Amino acid sequence: MTRATGFLPMPSILHDIADTALTLAAGFKVTLKNLFRPTVTEDYPSEPPRFEQRFRGLHILQRDESGLEKCVACFLCAAACPSNCIYIEAAENTSENRISAGERYAAVYNIDYNRCIFCGYCVEACPTDAITHGHGFELATYNVTELIYRKEQLLASPASPAQF
Amino acid sequence: MGDTVTTPSGARTLLLNMGPQHPSTHGVLRLVLELDGETVVRATPDIGYLHTGIEKSMEDKTYHQAITLTDRIDYLCPMTNNLCFVLAAEKLLGIEPPPRAQFLRVALNELTRIQSHLVWLGTHAIDIGAMSVFLYCFREREQILNIFEMAAGQRMMTTYFRVGGLSMEPPLGFVERIRKFLSCFPDRIDEYEELLTRNRIWMARTKGVGFLSAEDALDFGVSGPSLRASGVDWDLRRDHPYSSYEKFSFNVPVSTEGDVYARYILRVAEMRESIKIVQQALDGLPEGPIKATAPGVVLPDREKMKTEMEALIYHFKIITEGYRVPPGEVYQAVESPRGEMGYYMVSDGTSHPYRVKVRSPSFANLQALPALAEGRLVADLIACIGSIDIVLGEIDR
Repeated sequence: MTRATGFLPMPSILHDIADTALTLAAGFKVTLKNLFRPTVTEDYPSEPPRFEQRFRGLHILQRDESGLEKCVACFLCAAACPSNCIYIEAAENTSENRISAGERYAAVYNIDYNRCIFCGYCVEACPTDAITHGHGFELATYNVTELIYRKEQLLASPASPAQF
Repeated sequence: MGDTVTTPSGARTLLLNMGPQHPSTHGVLRLVLELDGETVVRATPDIGYLHTGIEKSMEDKTYHQAITLTDRIDYLCPMTNNLCFVLAAEKLLGIEPPPRAQFLRVALNELTRIQSHLVWLGTHAIDIGAMSVFLYCFREREQILNIFEMAAGQRMMTTYFRVGGLSMEPPLGFVERIRKFLSCFPDRIDEYEELLTRNRIWMARTKGVGFLSAEDALDFGVSGPSLRASGVDWDLRRDHPYSSYEKFSFNVPVSTEGDVYARYILRVAEMRESIKIVQQALDGLPEGPIKATAPGVVLPDREKMKTEMEALIYHFKIITEGYRVPPGEVYQAVESPRGEMGYYMVSDGTSHPYRVKVRSPSFANLQALPALAEGRLVADLIACIGSIDIVLGEIDR
């Protein structure tokens, strides 16, 4: 609406110029103010990204206080999973070979990260708090078969029982 | 790329594809433009590039599992989609979530509206050429997404609402975190307005551009801010209240101008109203449970599940089999940041929905685009696309 079409009366042009200059100055004032505000950009990967406590990242299979695996192979996580990405094979614990505190343990526990949508349903379903979301997220790979994580990759190390 | 066609009148026009890979189409939208010089003679939207089959996939999931799919319909308002789905299921089941859950749902939905409008404002401004607004809007949006991450665990695919309430109690300091954001946010809106509202370039690009009359808007089925900018006073939050919206007092901004500028002014005004609603929700936040008492449908508390046999059995049953929903049909609509988002749900009595049809606002709003843009310059078309705030994932589903 400000396109110059023909001749405008002089005071109107002056008013236009003054108004344009004023609004531009108001805009530049805002950008100048923002120049002196603290930087909010995270400098990933030079510094670690900040996550909230509840962030749903790579899964961790937890161990109990005595170092045994918490997972008792009840298959609830696999049933809850909307994208069918959890594969479990159960086996019986024996007195010589005790892996978990329950009757059974997961001999095979795979999560297919090609399919996982990090919805947290497995964690919500787990009755023994065996599976939790950690804060890991760097999944990228050139080979999709590497995205099927095995139990060994998911399991918390025996030394520190609770991990995030 | 281009092809000349001769119109019946004998004028030679150019056929041009805008998109599907064009940054200003806000997703994967292809517009087939018939151009006479720089004037748009005809604009035909071509959709379907983002079809994901979400509606069909829902039939294969239990009601509990299908909530995860609703996040992915519209990446700018996951909470709104969660809410609409769970409200529809709750209607069929006859469950009323406790007041605390309802208030938190309202607060989170209004934050979703603010962050969706922020993305809209930023991308709309950058389409038209204002770079700094984009950066400032995304800075504030990040704060809201961090609030979502604090409560739900994810910034965008929240999956926080459940049938009967919320998935978990928000963490300590949650309310204070939102209050902190709300205390500085009105000043930030003032800053965006200082950059744009009276800026001569912005006004020249948006005022009088893309006019949509109230009659046309209703005929096309346009809803949300685009409808209200054309002078129709219609907001589902006020006119068909859901999730205890009737307990909140807020204004519904309406404008009669019907152009791109009016839609901008209106959405900014809506952000200010949303702040008021969030504040009311936090001030009046009731104490109490966040899940309804509906054994067999709502997952029992974790403490109970670990100590009581009955709760454990329910926990196993709900997760492995889901819950049976009484047969029936229901339509539930909510006011999403883009307009009327509706879920039409048919249950055949099993634990999986028989059919879920999503009435997405952008689909109807996009129909109005040719009417907005035809007869104007290509540059105005960009402003028009931005002003109706479409999300292609939601159009194609």
